Amino acid sequence: MGVLEPLVELARGLGQTFRYMFERPVTVQYPEQKRTVRPRFRGRHVLKRYDNGLEKCIGCSLCAAACPSDAIFVEASENTDEKRFSPGERYASTYEINMLRCIYCGFCEDACPTEAIVMGDNYELSFTDRRQAIYPKDMLLEPVHVHTMLTPQKVDAGVFTRSVPEMKDPRD
Amino acid sequence: MSKQVTLTIDGKQITAPEGALIVDAAKMAGIDIPVFCHHPKLEPVGMCRMCLVEIGRPMRDRATGQIVMENGAPKIQFMPKLETSCTNRVEEGLVVLTQSEKANAGQKSTVEFLLTSHPLDCPVCDKGGECPLQNLTMAHGSSQSRFIYDEKLHLEKQVPLSELIYLDRERCIQCARCIRFQDEVAGDSVIGFDERGRSTQIVSFSEPGFDSVFSGNTTDICPVGALTTADFRFGARPWELDAQASVCSQCPVGCNTTLNTRREAKAGGNIVIKRVMPRQNEEVNEIWLCDKGRFAYHYTESKKRLTKPLTRTGKDRKVNRVSWEAATKLAGENFLKAKKNFVVLASGRLANEDLFNLKTLADQFGGKAVLYSHIGGGELTAQVGVSAGTNLGVLGSGSTIVVVASNLYEEAPIWYLRVKQAAERGATLIVMNPRETKLDKYASFVERYDYGQEIKSVQELTKKGKLGDAFMKAQNAIIIYGSEGLGVAGSASLATACAKALNETEHVGKANNGLIGVWERANDQGAWEMGFKPEDDLAAALKGKVVYIAGADPVGDDPKLAKALESADFVVVQDILENATTEIADVVLPAQTHVEREGTFTSGERRVQRFYPAVAVVGDARADYAITAQIAKHMNFIMQSANANIVFEILAETLKPFEGLTYEKLSNVRVQLPMIGRGDMYYGGTTYENTHGLGVHLSAGATRGETVRIPRAQKEALPKVKDTDLLAVPVSKLYHRGATIESAQLLNQRIGKTTVSMNFDTAEQWGVVEGAQVKVSFDGVSGEAKVKIDETVSAGVMLVPRGMGLAIREPAVAKVKL
Ligand code: SF4
Ligand code: SF4
Ligand code: SF4
Ligand code: SF4
Ligand code: FES
Repeated sequence: MGVLEPLVELARGLGQTFRYMFERPVTVQYPEQKRTVRPRFRGRHVLKRYDNGLEKCIGCSLCAAACPSDAIFVEASENTDEKRFSPGERYASTYEINMLRCIYCGFCEDACPTEAIVMGDNYELSFTDRRQAIYPKDMLLEPVHVHTMLTPQKVDAGVFTRSVPEMKDPRD
Repeated sequence: MSKQVTLTIDGKQITAPEGALIVDAAKMAGIDIPVFCHHPKLEPVGMCRMCLVEIGRPMRDRATGQIVMENGAPKIQFMPKLETSCTNRVEEGLVVLTQSEKANAGQKSTVEFLLTSHPLDCPVCDKGGECPLQNLTMAHGSSQSRFIYDEKLHLEKQVPLSELIYLDRERCIQCARCIRFQDEVAGDSVIGFDERGRSTQIVSFSEPGFDSVFSGNTTDICPVGALTTADFRFGARPWELDAQASVCSQCPVGCNTTLNTRREAKAGGNIVIKRVMPRQNEEVNEIWLCDKGRFAYHYTESKKRLTKPLTRTGKDRKVNRVSWEAATKLAGENFLKAKKNFVVLASGRLANEDLFNLKTLADQFGGKAVLYSHIGGGELTAQVGVSAGTNLGVLGSGSTIVVVASNLYEEAPIWYLRVKQAAERGATLIVMNPRETKLDKYASFVERYDYGQEIKSVQELTKKGKLGDAFMKAQNAIIIYGSEGLGVAGSASLATACAKALNETEHVGKANNGLIGVWERANDQGAWEMGFKPEDDLAAALKGKVVYIAGADPVGDDPKLAKALESADFVVVQDILENATTEIADVVLPAQTHVEREGTFTSGERRVQRFYPAVAVVGDARADYAITAQIAKHMNFIMQSANANIVFEILAETLKPFEGLTYEKLSNVRVQLPMIGRGDMYYGGTTYENTHGLGVHLSAGATRGETVRIPRAQKEALPKVKDTDLLAVPVSKLYHRGATIESAQLLNQRIGKTTVSMNFDTAEQWGVVEGAQVKVSFDGVSGEAKVKIDETVSAGVMLVPRGMGLAIREPAVAKVKL
């Protein structure tokens, strides 16, 4: 082993460091910087609305039935044209997801007959209390742009009679 | 046993009783044939074509009529087309193929065809999850339809048939089960098909809509979500529900029920009852429930439930919330002071265990145990009542059933249904009533008597004549007596006459023979067995006494009793709901309802049945038997109260009729046919299978060989009526203002207004007309009521419904004023 050997090693190492100063960094400055997620990323759920603001969710509880970790709790009530939340007769008067139980598998999304529950791209979930992990309906519902889109809505009688939208191609 | 025939289904050799339908025979052999319109309790119609199978019959030589043999076995000739297995009966040598390619194709097409006009409603349909159409589509349906989606039938969604039952016409598959149930089983033909072809729809043609007390059952047997109840509408998905066995607390029939419960956000995160479903018990309610039993359960979650012990003390009657210890101590001290002045007034709302502890307490301290009821005669049903082996469901030709002074349809609906069916099976039905009742239609003999003449009519049964023959010569005879137009004393004498008739003709002490009382409450029979008795003059019995009231509201029911209790020394009330009596009581003790605890009821047929806790206890309420024991402790008397089971053990040791009974025996089950309520394709309805006990009959005094002691029948104590007088008589009504019914909002419309009925001439004589609001007064009671003209009421008589605000105890001379 020569006397100069350690110095050579040191220089080589520093050289490597020096070289990487000009490479593109692989890390980001989270939370100032955020990465966009992949198209099929499964983050925190969102309850979707139709264009007119009516909720897509009809309170059928199929998501809760599909959920392997029993994270969803749904309770249904009846719509009227005076106070309409969703098309058809039934809407979810209570809709809760326990985000601590959820394993983000996306089964709920698959089970939903109206594509109401959708896994979003929010992964920043933190709680200081277990209770906070239970997201009620108003936290899950998609925000609206104009207040007329808020539910419940007063609508014309006999327009929104079907709970499940008619699908031209059922495989859609 | 009927003749057995042997046939082959899917290669399996099976034997079945001659005359059985192929579907039923297959079911018994464990082969499921899919069905929609077939129901084991209804006549076959073959309307839906779901049960198509291939049927082959042994070929016969046309000339000789001999069976053609081939290779040593009969040659089987298959029909060129598929046949319905729900209309064809088993025959010797049949060969049935349920799974062949042809049969499967037929079943598949039927489902496909049914779905052409079925909406995509499963996610919002109350039947979804327990729906045969869903199940059969999964099992037999095709994954694609050849029909055009846009041609699906579109109709307005829910149409209420009544305030209780909703119809969704798009979902109906026209199997006619609901119509057939109403026609064949319930005998209320109030719904039917309208229009034809694809537009065929169910309509109700009664006013008010779907006017039958059995309407809820159609939602159980409807194989789709076309008929659903307003009560359970969107309540929960079936798979989210827990099930707990229970017994109906509304009338003496004691129908077996299943309480479906769920934790609910609307109820503050509590577990609540979402619906009451029948639980199969072929010896009690088969697979049916009446609408009262199904919908009236809401009282258990009423806002008026008592939750904390209260006392009223001092001159100003200050209300204090106190601890259990303090409240029961105060009660105990006063009971001790009372000495002979102690009265325990309890009703059949309480379980056997509660009544036993109450009776023990009364006995120990020299108190009087009084039953809060308007019917007498229970000491006779305990002696000559029906005993082990009794089953109205098997009575037929050779049996005689007498119904006297009771409108069973209103008082004990499921008994009505079972008596009616017994009559249809060939039993001789004798109906004795002063006015027409629904049962008359099915009776072999209808005997009309004037109010006050019931005993004379019953005596006819043991005299020569057509009634006497039908009764005396019968192999089995049951008398069901009620309190139409009678008070405590009157019904007691009627019971005496009935018991005498039964005893004289030796129709006692055997199965399917004896006396049945149509009591007011679920466990009145139990109270009688414990030794409780009603008082002829209750007001007098309460005056100046120290009264311990359990499960009764005398103050709210009757102003006379209210007055008597005003002058009572000390009043302790133990109940589930706030009422007028808890308003005046010195001590109020909150009790648990039967859905929160364990216990047993004794039905009118003297069957002891267990109920189980289904929901959490409301507030600090305690079980009645435990409350009594706690009071007793302060009186230095130790009584068992650790749990209902222990109390029942002691009860069974003490009381002869209960001898040998244990909770375990009460929860035994046997296989019951037809099989209903299993997770299979042979769909009998959403009735639950009975896994928690069929109950056990008490033995009757006569069965145990004791001498039957029947007091002499007294004369009818009818008030003296002049021709010009109006006689007010009490009658019972299914939906009345009782605390356990009124809390169910859905039933309010059926309860209706206080109405008195009389015939046209009587009304004219008193100058009133149909619908008039009149002032009614009798026997020191007065109140308002609406007049109803009813031609079935005899002249000079006014029917006053019990439990509708006019406190009628017994027949009385009355006045009406506009
Ligand atoms: S993502 Fe999976 S675990 Fe989470 S709520 Fe949906 S079904 Fe349940
Ligand atoms: S999110 Fe979808 S599956 Fe869940 S209750 Fe609503 S409609 Fe049904
Ligand atoms: S309402 Fe139900 S039970 Fe009645 S015919 Fe239609 S599908 Fe059958
Ligand atoms: S018949 Fe009587 S016991 Fe049966 S459900 Fe009706 S009220 Fe209850
Ligand atoms: S035709 Fe047989 S079940 Fe309907």
